[in-house]
Amino acid sequence: MCLRVCCLLLCALSLTGCSSIEPWVKPYERAHLADPIMNFDRDPVSGAYITHVYQAREAARGAEGGHGGGCGCN
Amino acid sequence: MAPKADTGAAVAVTSQVAGRLAGVALLCHSLGLQAGVLPDDRADALYHSYEGGGVEITGPSLMVLKKVGQNVAFNGNYYVDSISSASIDVITSGASAYAEDRNELSGGVDYMHGNSIMSLSYTNSSEDDYEANTASFGISMDMFGNMTTVSMGYARGWDTVMNNLDSAFARDADRQNYKLGLTQVITKDMLLELNYEGITDEGFLNNPYRSVRYLDPGGNSYSYEAEIYPNTRTSSALAVRSVYYLPYRAAVSGEYRFFTDTWGIDAHNVNIGYTHPLQGGWMLEGNYRYYTQNAADFYSDLFPFQGAQNFMARDKELSMFTSHTFGVKLSYDILKNGWRSIDKGTVNLAWDHILFDYENFRDLRVATPVPGDEPLYSFSADVVQLFVSVWF
Repeated sequence: MCLRVCCLLLCALSLTGCSSIEPWVKPYERAHLADPIMNFDRDPVSGAYITHVYQAREAARGAEGGHGGGCGCN
Repeated sequence: MAPKADTGAAVAVTSQVAGRLAGVALLCHSLGLQAGVLPDDRADALYHSYEGGGVEITGPSLMVLKKVGQNVAFNGNYYVDSISSASIDVITSGASAYAEDRNELSGGVDYMHGNSIMSLSYTNSSEDDYEANTASFGISMDMFGNMTTVSMGYARGWDTVMNNLDSAFARDADRQNYKLGLTQVITKDMLLELNYEGITDEGFLNNPYRSVRYLDPGGNSYSYEAEIYPNTRTSSALAVRSVYYLPYRAAVSGEYRFFTDTWGIDAHNVNIGYTHPLQGGWMLEGNYRYYTQNAADFYSDLFPFQGAQNFMARDKELSMFTSHTFGVKLSYDILKNGWRSIDKGTVNLAWDHILFDYENFRDLRVATPVPGDEPLYSFSADVVQLFVSVWF
């Protein structure tokens, strides 16, 4: 019960917070973030190949990334 | 008949691994969306070469991304591994060197709606003794003034494991992937990315050809028996990445990933990179990667007697080892002013040198009076990529 109340409170707080979050990096300040050298996955074909090279030789797998995005530069 | 059988046995020593992971590797792309904007139209033609440990793998990878209208983009990828192998596994099993191809074809579509992008993709990988099919779905969304991108993905894989020595042999292996991602703008010069991926496997997860070795009575010699793996595996991986724009036009990046699974394997890897644009359209990159893992609970280089455990493996990918990668990449901008419908392009050459050091996998090419005294195995590999990218 206590856990459920805590979860509800957290959800309520996070929703309240969402509506008041102001971007602290303005769109006109994102020139560096938009530079291709800041892209996590600039060359997806090359990235997929290197991921395959490691996956075939290691037990670890997953969370290799390549999501990009987030800079809000569009 | 013997040489044919040997070749067949050798084929699957590495092909099983390659086929099983094929779909997973492609997911990186199919789920790799940038929310709120569809990927630019582009085409890539890549030639890849891996050489190390007696194995040579070469082939092309061709990819096209094309928008249709403002909200839909299609992508397709054709990939080939042409394998020529005389690896330590092949040599010590008494098999002959072999050659084979693995062909992989994938297609997908992205649909953008507001700040969200949904994606669907399908991948097929085919070898003469392994068939893998993977379907995936992903969604990503920009929020908080485009400061944050949240992504989720799910994939389902259906594999069929076959055996070149037994035409009636066919076993299924199913796989499910669950991905969560968060990319966050930290400052005007810094991005942070968090990724989690859980993977579950069920079915025939080992290699139908591979063997483990055990001590004969008396302890002066050893014999082989078939490996036996559990038929389920669940793994979790959590990664954090960051990239930082330096005061001059260059970027440094860092990554740490933790991995754990129900076979008792824990792994860690760290990666640091540096990207430096040069004058005249050139760009130079360097990176270093360190990887370490412990062995699976049921791994042993030498079991004490026949049938010593319910589950047994002597696959060096499940042993305890570390690796170091040193990479360098050079890119050059071509078609700077465009040409016909092409806006720009790049030519890229990348070279990675990888050092593998095994801590409980021994080199059986060296005979010793007492089994288990053989030197530990190590090898190095060179990975070369030459590719052209054009945007149109």
